[in-house]
Amino acid sequence: MNAQIVKLFGLIALLFLVLVGFTSYWAVFDAEALKDKTVNRRPLLEQQQIRRGRILAADGTVIARSVSKGGGNALRYVRRYPEGSLYGHPIGYSFVRYGDSEFEKFHNDELVGDSSEFSSILDELRGHRQEGDDVVTSIDPEAQRVALSDLEAAGFGAVVAMEPATGRVRVLASNPPFDPNRVPEHFSELNVDPNSPLFDRATQGQYPPGSTFKVVTAAAGLDSGAITPDTTIDAPGTISAQGRPLQNDFNQSFGPIALDAALTFSVNTWFAQLGVKVGIDTMFEYMDRFGFGSVPPIDLPASQVYKSGIFEGKTLVGRGDPVDIARVAFGQERLAVTPLQMAEVAATVANGGRLMRPQIWRRVVDRDGRVTKRMDPSLYSQVVDEQTAAELTTAMEGVVSAGTGTNAAIPGITVAGKTGTAETPFNDTCGGGSDQNQAWFIGFAPADEPKIAIAATVECTTAFGNDVAAPIFRDVAETILNEPES
Amino acid sequence: MSARNRELTALVPVALLLTAGFAAVFAQENSRLDNISLVYGGYFLAICLATHIYLRLRLPNADPYLFPLVALLTAFGLVMVYRIDADLARDQANLFVLGLVFFALTIHFLRDYSILERYRYTIAAAGLLLLLAPRLPGIGQQVNGAYLGVKIGPIAFQPAELSKICIVIFLAGYLRDHREVLIVGARRVLGVTLPPLKHLGPLLVVWGASMLMLVFIRDLGSSLMFFAAFLALLYVATGRLSFVVIGMALFLLGAWFFSSTVPHVHERVDIWLDPYSDPARSGYQILQSIFAQADGGLFGKGFGQALITIPGTTTPLLPAAKTDTIYSLIVNELGLFGACAVIMIYLLIAARGFKIALIADDGFSKLLATGLTAVFAIQAFVIIGGVTRVIPLTGVTLPFISYGGSSVVANLVLLALLLLISDRARREASSGSQLSGAALEGT
Repeated sequence: MNAQIVKLFGLIALLFLVLVGFTSYWAVFDAEALKDKTVNRRPLLEQQQIRRGRILAADGTVIARSVSKGGGNALRYVRRYPEGSLYGHPIGYSFVRYGDSEFEKFHNDELVGDSSEFSSILDELRGHRQEGDDVVTSIDPEAQRVALSDLEAAGFGAVVAMEPATGRVRVLASNPPFDPNRVPEHFSELNVDPNSPLFDRATQGQYPPGSTFKVVTAAAGLDSGAITPDTTIDAPGTISAQGRPLQNDFNQSFGPIALDAALTFSVNTWFAQLGVKVGIDTMFEYMDRFGFGSVPPIDLPASQVYKSGIFEGKTLVGRGDPVDIARVAFGQERLAVTPLQMAEVAATVANGGRLMRPQIWRRVVDRDGRVTKRMDPSLYSQVVDEQTAAELTTAMEGVVSAGTGTNAAIPGITVAGKTGTAETPFNDTCGGGSDQNQAWFIGFAPADEPKIAIAATVECTTAFGNDVAAPIFRDVAETILNEPES
Repeated sequence: MSARNRELTALVPVALLLTAGFAAVFAQENSRLDNISLVYGGYFLAICLATHIYLRLRLPNADPYLFPLVALLTAFGLVMVYRIDADLARDQANLFVLGLVFFALTIHFLRDYSILERYRYTIAAAGLLLLLAPRLPGIGQQVNGAYLGVKIGPIAFQPAELSKICIVIFLAGYLRDHREVLIVGARRVLGVTLPPLKHLGPLLVVWGASMLMLVFIRDLGSSLMFFAAFLALLYVATGRLSFVVIGMALFLLGAWFFSSTVPHVHERVDIWLDPYSDPARSGYQILQSIFAQADGGLFGKGFGQALITIPGTTTPLLPAAKTDTIYSLIVNELGLFGACAVIMIYLLIAARGFKIALIADDGFSKLLATGLTAVFAIQAFVIIGGVTRVIPLTGVTLPFISYGGSSVVANLVLLALLLLISDRARREASSGSQLSGAALEGT
């Protein structure tokens, strides 16, 4: 029987090994995924016992802080948002019952002071209590306020402003806003509100870009060598693409014109032909470089930042699929883009063709006031060369000085930009009206030495980009440019 | 060094560990050290020393490592239970002392444990009766849908814990008698070796009994534990893997049938397969158990750091933390390394138990030691496997660690039996070697 006893012991050792394997899986290998499960309230309950760090605006304004409740074993901290709905987006909320969202979620580790396991063991041995660090953002309170109040006057929509050279996000506003303080008591109400206040239009709104997309087409045309600034293309009032007529506004005919005039007057037939000339593959190549088709590399949870691109239903259309490139070229077809993506397009042109990673956070500061981490500006993608960017800038200056975007002009400062007015008739979210537009303005200023790049958009409006979006751009840009350097 | 001196030496680190553990929990709770933790440590050490002296007198040749390993698990359990609730730890310490009384009584009255073989059918009947007792009107108790408890007056206990020992004694006795015929009479049918039909009966009875347990006490865990111990013994006694395979197939067939008809068992299996289908109610315990482990990581959060209830309330965050899910609490507070240490101790106990079976020289002792060790190890597997989602979660205790008197008493009786077998086997082995030594000198 001894041989069998030894084998039986072997089997039991094997079974125990399985236990070690499963324990390792739960405790180590799958631990992060388990902690992220919505039904798992343990991490939040534990974090509730840690004083979560504050979130601050660029000037030190407190956006979020934790206040203590109870004492002893029942001690816990509850989140407060002193500025109410101003920073509902992009900061989000953090409550035990409803979890966390947006910036609060993405920067959770810093805010609760999570460090590596080894250093937390050292802390434990030294008797340190875990404490959260403060996270300072780049958000400009004044500009954020201007953006939100302008939006509230114009309609639902979003504004994103970022520094082209660093990627620092100065404004990220979405209208309608929400007040995170209301989440604990009114979550279901907010959640079913038909105006979707919890939806961050700046990063999740997927809108038709309209003519603002012509900047992308122009970039592809210039950088790939398909055209130079002097290349002329004949632009009649109507051309035919894919067997259907394609028209300029009011069917206006422009004759042979070059890029400057085509962009200034937003000539559809000109860009449609350029698109065909550039070709589908090259267009996709440049769209990819601008970040279309990928989740923008911003410091927000990937689940709350949507991709931009050509969509069939909910899926991205790839290079191999049939695409009406003539209509893509001036922003129609099935293009859907986020305001954040369009701000990145403007920032790329402003920064000599180099797209920096957009980042909301600026630095992490511990309880003793020491800066433990600092945001280092980093290049996301070299989209076009410097010459292309300069040529594009010149063309975009014309839009504001003499073209379709005159309302974006700021006295004493050269502004470069592009308007967009995408027709969205019979759109359910707009109530089904027949003359609904998605109004856009993207641009940057000052044109010769860009400090800020902005995308502003208003949904479900009967007005044009120049009427509702360009003034928002102007107000926000002016606010930021008038402030002392930070 | 003699066996007992080795045992004594091994007990010292146990006492130190316990003292350190209490001190750690105490420091955590009250932010200061107090000599009360030393008192606890000293008290525990005194109990262990008394047991050690008793063993020195009664079973001088018994395995020297089993008792220290069990004391280590108990110390571990006491610290964890103390960390949950200081009053419960005091209860548990008293129950340990009570268990040691039964331990001593077992050793005192069963010095000649072959008496067990003679009364094997009586013992089997007692075991079955114990199993079914929770369904008897008046004394039976239902816990979480399973019938595991019995309450007579103020005393409540879980008879399954004791009945597992009865069943193992019966199986050891029965198989010692019948292993020859089971092996010799086996026939090959369609390439499968089947046991002789007339000897199949009693084995089918055991299978039937474990199926009955599914239906009557509705506990998949106990049923699994009993049947696995049975298969282990059957394999060791006959060496026929095919018997085990047939038995396993029968069990799975029955378990599948009953899990689709007995509601409680059915639910347990469903939750095991998909705990996320009802995370707030039926899936709560297993999910929270896994979430607690996920929070532990490699090194754990430290003694006294885990959340067991939702702060400011008495709502459990880790349900049954002191019994079923105590392993998850260990993973949470001591990490993967702490959990591996616990599993290692169980493995060492199994190794020592099987070692006793190896050196025992009569069939009954061999089978009894194998059966007791197997049922002990499988019990640990069933509950740890349950809380780690290897198998469906059931209400079996983690031996010597979980809070609960029946488990401590039954497992200390089990330990006493193992030590009795060990004492005889090692005495005979050493006297045998002395004889052969003397014979060599003589030539």
